[in-house]
Amino acid sequence: MVKSDFGYNSKIEGEVIVTRADAVVNWVRSHSVWPMPMGLACCAIELMAAGGSRFDISRFGMEVMRFSPRQADCMIVSGTVTYKMAEVVRRIYDQMAEPKWVVAMGACASSGGMYRSYATLQGVDNIVPVDIYISGCPPRPEALLDGMMLLQEKIRQEGGSLKRTFRGRTVDTKIVS
Amino acid sequence: MDVLALTQKFPQTQNLAGQDMTTFAVNSSELADIVKYLRDEQGFDLLADLCGMDWKDRTPQFGVVIHLLSTKNREYVRLHAPCVDDTVPTISDIHPGANWHEREAYDMFGIKFIGHPDPRRILMWEAYPYHPLRKDFPLAGIEVPFPAADVAAVTGQTVEPAPMMGGPFVSSGGLMSGAEPQALDQSWNEEKPKS
Repeated sequence: MVKSDFGYNSKIEGEVIVTRADAVVNWVRSHSVWPMPMGLACCAIELMAAGGSRFDISRFGMEVMRFSPRQADCMIVSGTVTYKMAEVVRRIYDQMAEPKWVVAMGACASSGGMYRSYATLQGVDNIVPVDIYISGCPPRPEALLDGMMLLQEKIRQEGGSLKRTFRGRTVDTKIVS
Repeated sequence: MDVLALTQKFPQTQNLAGQDMTTFAVNSSELADIVKYLRDEQGFDLLADLCGMDWKDRTPQFGVVIHLLSTKNREYVRLHAPCVDDTVPTISDIHPGANWHEREAYDMFGIKFIGHPDPRRILMWEAYPYHPLRKDFPLAGIEVPFPAADVAAVTGQTVEPAPMMGGPFVSSGGLMSGAEPQALDQSWNEEKPKS
């Protein structure tokens, strides 16, 4: 927890902690990220490794992988997004409840990677707002953990608004039916 | 395999000099009969592959290449079947495994398979207007509308030509430069020769 989030001195306040509602809500959210593993290619293998005992993503409070978007709040796009799949990725994103975040894991999800071809979307940020980009092809599980911890840091600093930036402008999250 | 029996039964079939396996150029109107004959009489019971071909300068430009395997005699045979008006007869009723191969050949080359039970695209979406593996199609793609109109309306996204096709991508500005890596082979932009 960020030290400035609350002032607490047990000798003065006793069992009372004074803080801001945003800080508490963000703290709770950041330590209970339920990821939706959008596994599309080899990055998904590293994502699985991050969930295993060796790297153990549950140390950071985000091991509850949900395969239903309605129960998840962080979509980890791990792999190559083709134009045919891009529609599905967007619809799954729209089905997730607010607040929600997107992590673009690896070169393909971030920029299209080595797939400079007619079939591949050149970065998932063309269709959904992305919070964290993770480099690598594929990234090692440590890189994913680092990115997820960055996301936690970002969540802790949020102001409670649903507005987010998408393609350089601030937008409300619109729902596609 | 019995080459003579095949060429006597189908006189228009031509035995080509295959470097790795017995190869025949076959008349596409006889293709289904030949595949059926090879399966029933000569033991070629497994369809190893079926793919479309773009021969670019030849007439007809498109064709189908079929690889058959005899699991009894451990032997391959290859059939070249040039298209007639971009069509060939289906062999999916003889080898059901050809079903998806033929859909892929249709998707990528625009070869139509007469009598195919499910002649849809298999890789690209149904409304895609091009056949991307044709020689005259640029690898980077051609701009077309996004597959889903409602998603396109929200995101403003289209299917756009990919930048920097033809890697590998190298940085030209030296160690740790801020310059974006460029593709070595930039012949895709049709302004520079192929390196």
